[in-house]
Amino acid sequence: MNHIAVKNNERLSLTSIPRSDYERFLEHNTALLDDSANHCVTYFGVPEDGKIKLICGIANDNEHNIYLSCAEINRTEILPSFSKHHLAFQVFERELHENFGINFSDHPWLKPVRFAFDRADKDSCIEYYPFYQSDSVELHEVGVGPIHAGIIEPGHFRFICNGEQILHLEIQLGFQHRGIERLFLEKKTLLQRTTLAESIAGDTVAGHTTAFVNLWEALCGFQADDELRFTRTLALELERIAVHTGDLSAICTDIGYQLGNAVFGRLRTPIINFFQQWCGNRLAKGLIRAGNNHFPFDKELGIALKNMLDQYKPDFNEICQKTFRQPSVLSRLEKTGVVSWEQAGSIGAVGMAARASGSERDIRKTHPHDKYINLGHQPVIKHHGDVYSRVQVRKAEIIQSIGYIRDLLMHLPAESREKKELGSPAANSIVISLTEGWRGEICHCAITDQQGALRHYKIKDPSIHNWVALALAVRNNEISDFPVCNKSFNLSYSGHDL
Amino acid sequence: MFNTLKILFHHGRQSIPNVATAELPGIFRGRPVITNEKIDTAALVKLCPTGAIGSSPISIDLGKCTFCGECAFAFPNKITFTKDYKLATNSLERLIVTEGTNQPVLLDASLIRSEISKYFSGSLKLRQVSAGGDNSCEMELNACGNVNFDMGRFGIEFVASPRHADGIVITGPLSENMALPLQICYDAIPEPKIIILAGTDAISGGIFSGSPALNRHFLNQYKIDLYVPGNPIHPLTFINGVLDLIRTNPRHT
Repeated sequence: MNHIAVKNNERLSLTSIPRSDYERFLEHNTALLDDSANHCVTYFGVPEDGKIKLICGIANDNEHNIYLSCAEINRTEILPSFSKHHLAFQVFERELHENFGINFSDHPWLKPVRFAFDRADKDSCIEYYPFYQSDSVELHEVGVGPIHAGIIEPGHFRFICNGEQILHLEIQLGFQHRGIERLFLEKKTLLQRTTLAESIAGDTVAGHTTAFVNLWEALCGFQADDELRFTRTLALELERIAVHTGDLSAICTDIGYQLGNAVFGRLRTPIINFFQQWCGNRLAKGLIRAGNNHFPFDKELGIALKNMLDQYKPDFNEICQKTFRQPSVLSRLEKTGVVSWEQAGSIGAVGMAARASGSERDIRKTHPHDKYINLGHQPVIKHHGDVYSRVQVRKAEIIQSIGYIRDLLMHLPAESREKKELGSPAANSIVISLTEGWRGEICHCAITDQQGALRHYKIKDPSIHNWVALALAVRNNEISDFPVCNKSFNLSYSGHDL
Repeated sequence: MFNTLKILFHHGRQSIPNVATAELPGIFRGRPVITNEKIDTAALVKLCPTGAIGSSPISIDLGKCTFCGECAFAFPNKITFTKDYKLATNSLERLIVTEGTNQPVLLDASLIRSEISKYFSGSLKLRQVSAGGDNSCEMELNACGNVNFDMGRFGIEFVASPRHADGIVITGPLSENMALPLQICYDAIPEPKIIILAGTDAISGGIFSGSPALNRHFLNQYKIDLYVPGNPIHPLTFINGVLDLIRTNPRHT
């Protein structure tokens, strides 16, 4: 066996991960990806005794497992790349190159990822990013950002265009880098680390915090009770409804459809206001805690939520019917920004963007946690991969989430009377935690040392994969369609830059 | 046509009539109140994830507070978070709430530059720059302009270009990689111009304080006109803070 199979949120001794030499490690993991049921959820390096230990996690959707394997290499070695075989590995290898200076002989695109403060090449700097260029006199380049016209996070987009038509887009990120992975090790209290998890991406507070607390509880050997699992599942589904609704509003803005912008925009408000009613914060910061729940969900809240959704749904359906029957709306959304199923698979796209291109990938189904274990979730799939497919996925997922929340409200959890002690993390362990946030698959991975202190913390936001999908989507589109393509994905800058 | 009218009818009037007196639903962690009760001070100070709690006298620095509320859960008789969302001020000292007091957070009129009310009281165009922000304050700043909060009715708007702006609103803890773009953007705004720091991350670095990936040098060079605490800021905190800033005439107070 070249790998060991673990479940989502299952603690494993670090030494039980099978180690092989790099050639076999490469052969094994790239061969695993030949099967479309497998995809890479994490691949990173950990410094160990002057060498780098590479750990790769491949998730299998059918068996609900994650296959872990590792190899040890020297920093100075020049290695054949995984990306040569499967493009889905490209960003992980670029990260290894940036963080440790590891060189690959045949990587197709060995460019900086985020200009991390602890990067190996301190001479490289974000002002001198090596953009792909064209010498043709027929073509021109358009640079946008890092600061954009609206109130959004910074990132630079460099287009190569033929007239109005985009031939190529390169996305340069890293402006948001705050050194979060290192801070996870330096901040020592659980509350500090939870606060960090809440700040990875402020639009995915429930997603990233759930990934963190599930991981932490697994490390501590703590079994979450019904109340905790209820809180996390409900928060994840509410967050999904809120962001999808807000994004439908923003998509309407980008095509100049004012009515949709106003109505979808105000429909998001009661959802996030409900978070405030429940936990005192509109984006659910402070709600999710490892081994603890400050905000019991009582009957009164249940009635308030049910009433709110009862008001939301008819108004939502009404504006959807109006919006998506307008020829002038559909003409801007259909066949715009297409990502084919083959492209989505090759780059390892995840989440709702992948599901809009016909992929079934959804952690709620393949690696369920919390209340999803008993939910029998069936992912919403659309097949055209265009902006309209992504809109339809959002619309259908909102309706699906409302259904799930109504089911959850039928059986409110009893408030846990006896508080169990959380305990402390086990030594020499590794846990991988997967959560399906509204954007897609979130992966957190932690490794502890001999004393049980955190030794390595690795975060993967779904945006890591999906930024490439956006770059592919806009090819051959008009540059004026870029905003609506971008919003149909609504990827995270801070989640990518960490 | 009929359907559109029906939608508009169901949409109704969404804007909050009075942003200064609106009551927030449910619970909200706004301005904290600290009683004089004797408690284990060391335990309280140690609890705070961002070092916002000071001792003798016990105080909470709203510029550092992440409003997680853990201190109020651990010491419910000592600290409570009220629903008062008016947290913005223009002096760092006034961000500090001390024990035994229950006073609203106000702007220090003597610190407001006279040109602010002269030029901006009826119209203020702002350029937003996220410098390591996690998109939570950014989403709430967007919400300031939506149909519910409708900040545009006061003549306050976010604009696309710094050339069109009267000031800059910074979110996030100021990452090193954004240091140059932030400076370029600020330089492009014509004088007179204001600086607003929105959110705990921007005011103090928040949970990221001390991270080597930050570069907060920009803040040392200029006077900050408004600090808006929150994690993220509430739209009503922002709107009320900005209104107080542009409508307070320092010569008349």
